[in-house]
Amino acid sequence: MNIIVCVKQVPDTSEVRIDPATNNLVRDGVKSIVNPFDAYAIEEGVRLKEKFGGKVIVLTMGPPQAETVLREAIALGCDEAVLVSDRAFAGSDTLATSYTLSKAIEKIKDYDVIICGKQAIDGDTAQVGPGIAATLDIPQITYVRKIEDIKDGTITAERSTEEGYEVVETKLPCLMTVVKEINTPRLPSLKGKIKAKSAVIQTWKAADIGAEENRIGLKGSPTWVLKIFIPPPKPKGKIFEGEGQHVVDQLVDSLKGLLH
Amino acid sequence: MVDKKAVIDLDKCTLCSSCVEACRKFCAIEIVRTTTQTPDIEKYKGVWVFAEQRKGVVQSVTYELLGKARDLGGKLKVEVACVLLGHNIKEKAQDLIARGADKVYVVDNPKLEHLLEEPYARIVTNLIRKHRPEILLCPATSMGRSVISRIAVQLRVGLTADCTGLDVNADERYLMQTRPAFGGNIMATILSKHHRPQLATVRHKVMKEAAVDLKRKGAVEVVEFDKSFFISRAKVLNVVDEVISTVNIAEANVIVSGGRAMGGAENFKMLEELAKVLNGAVGASRAAVDEGWMPYSHQVGQTGKTVCPTIYIACGISGQIQHLVGMQSSDIIIAINRDPSAPIFNIANYGIVGDLFEIIPLLTKRLKEVL
Repeated sequence: MNIIVCVKQVPDTSEVRIDPATNNLVRDGVKSIVNPFDAYAIEEGVRLKEKFGGKVIVLTMGPPQAETVLREAIALGCDEAVLVSDRAFAGSDTLATSYTLSKAIEKIKDYDVIICGKQAIDGDTAQVGPGIAATLDIPQITYVRKIEDIKDGTITAERSTEEGYEVVETKLPCLMTVVKEINTPRLPSLKGKIKAKSAVIQTWKAADIGAEENRIGLKGSPTWVLKIFIPPPKPKGKIFEGEGQHVVDQLVDSLKGLLH
Repeated sequence: MVDKKAVIDLDKCTLCSSCVEACRKFCAIEIVRTTTQTPDIEKYKGVWVFAEQRKGVVQSVTYELLGKARDLGGKLKVEVACVLLGHNIKEKAQDLIARGADKVYVVDNPKLEHLLEEPYARIVTNLIRKHRPEILLCPATSMGRSVISRIAVQLRVGLTADCTGLDVNADERYLMQTRPAFGGNIMATILSKHHRPQLATVRHKVMKEAAVDLKRKGAVEVVEFDKSFFISRAKVLNVVDEVISTVNIAEANVIVSGGRAMGGAENFKMLEELAKVLNGAVGASRAAVDEGWMPYSHQVGQTGKTVCPTIYIACGISGQIQHLVGMQSSDIIIAINRDPSAPIFNIANYGIVGDLFEIIPLLTKRLKEVL
């Protein structure tokens, strides 16, 4: 089974803070990590390989330092890695990113399943996974929390919904986006880390994947950011400390107007 | 910085535009954009809403989007229309008109009973190409986001996810889409100036529901499609609901949520009692769900649900950013925690520093007396 896992290197947004003095984003010392949801995608890809045989190719679009996440993926069991990197991709929105990754996948050519994380924690859009599926014209199952079976050219999986889940059966090849319930990612083995260190990362530029100039980067991005601002800070709340009944009474008194 | 001047490493620059804003007073940085434009862009008129239905019931998020659509349509002086797909769904069109739609396009077919991305995207894309709306609003639900992403690619237009603010520049007729990014640490205003339609998804409980006006008149157009439009390489085998109470937390006006400090599944009964007094629902942090104390459908946070109730009571929840992202726009946040330095107190309107096992029963009792 040929499996492609798409990953992204993101800043650790849980560590990003607003500097109260300047009201600006403090990015210093915020490390770059594998997008948390992609860790689950990598794990699921490796598990499928272990179950069905085949190989896992991990793919990312990013600046040269994104190579780090590819090596992490290899340490976890991915077999090959592709970095799609070109200054021409800078400024890509989700449409341009979906197109670029799709062109890379077309170059890889043989695949049964593409696995992506649900969303990236910097953009938070959840659009690129389905965007790739639409560009390649293959079916998709989003928010997959469990793969039930793969056989006879179809995959059966549970997709999460707001109320619970649905069991969906889809023809292969298909694309899946996964949620954290799907598995528990392993830690890299020593053997994996050694392999990752010396692994050859294939690096492809726009010309290598036959990307059309007007569909990548800024030119290929219909959405653009007009401005970025810090949300206004919330005023400090009333904190009650003291004896149980007393603080409860204080709280309820404060809420009196609201409750009626 | 080199010689007191900022130098941009073009190999690392992702063109996120934040430097433009930061240096605006010096007009130091300009990003020059050239892009193709949708042909006949001025011919695109109208604000559309994709109506989400589940099991034949129109979801209330649709009414919230209709409310916003009427606001935008009013400023642009254009019609508001709804797109409603499903099976045995025709009669629901009137509800949408009562909530503000001037027109409803209905596509009714047994193959549309479940929302499947391929036929839904194909049909909506076709309607858009035919009628050329300038804006389409779609619920940011799991299925809504899944379908609209395919539509955006098929039309090669811009899509902005999870908008918390939507407004129009009526003179130049473009949509300004504001949304959180970086885990909610910043807000970004996004435009799709040169492409139509401009697509945006909006989460439940972000916008206000449109009022019902049963006297409103509107047009219903039932659209037929050739069977090739309904082809799907996916099919739904089963639908399972896992909400343990009858109150869906996404709909609730009051949510009482428990975190790691709850210590066990049986302790959530205490929260259920409190929620009952307030006519609310019980939520849980990821830690509590991971422990198996509550099902995932009750999880609030970055990887769970985003909720926006009138009152959110966080019990034994420390307030990590991943949880806050799911509930920080609640009107009133009340935190109960033993640790006075817990980050949750930074965003709470009211807080009690104390042992939740002592406080919650006292609070429940006091509220029963007062209400």
